[in-house]
Amino acid sequence: MQDRVIVQEQDFDIGQEHQRLTEDASSEGAVVTFCGLVRDNNLGRMVQALHLEHYPAMTQKQLAKIVQDARAKWNLGNVTVIHRVGTLALSEQIVFVGVTTKHRGEAFLACEFIMDFLKTRAPFWKKEITNEGEFWVEARNSDEEKARNWASP
Amino acid sequence: MINVLFFAQLRERLQQDRIELTQVPSNVGQLRAYLSENGERWQQALSSGKCIAAVNQTIVDDSFSLTEGDEVAFFPPVTGG
Repeated sequence: MQDRVIVQEQDFDIGQEHQRLTEDASSEGAVVTFCGLVRDNNLGRMVQALHLEHYPAMTQKQLAKIVQDARAKWNLGNVTVIHRVGTLALSEQIVFVGVTTKHRGEAFLACEFIMDFLKTRAPFWKKEITNEGEFWVEARNSDEEKARNWASP
Repeated sequence: MINVLFFAQLRERLQQDRIELTQVPSNVGQLRAYLSENGERWQQALSSGKCIAAVNQTIVDDSFSLTEGDEVAFFPPVTGG
């Protein structure tokens, strides 16, 4: 039952991370992973690059807390969360979440839960570098709603 | 003394990434009010709606009490992931 929570500039290898997740997980039958990438468009603007700012003293702590909250809800095996910071080009990987569990239902739920809370509670901010200038991405109401939905019994 | 940090759009708007305050306001709400005295730009930027506060890396509300040595951060709604 390992937590691997990393904030870093450098890219990660999704194959290696998958292997790490399943290495000592002989009783786990399910692995679910998610990877978020830099998109080429937002609100009609053409994105050329993405800059990710963060609050260093808080990001690791907050991500670790989100993983703990997921563990309190479901019986999880290994969990990995990796979030990159700095300047990223189009189609580059931004974030990775991986979860192992005995059965697939919990793995899908836990992975979604972690992403929903990462998107609304973890102190990262995206700035798009576009053909029309630089713009800070605005938080979406839909993301906050998704986070709130997990609170209902 | 407390340290106050600003991130993202907030940092750009206020043109400050950190401030040291020798006096410790009693709570986060008082700190917002004190900083707002710097002018309208500050007042608008720090008004609670789109400005979240964290003390020692935990998100708090305006009633949260401040103590000597605390690190306060103000930032816009987050957009990671």
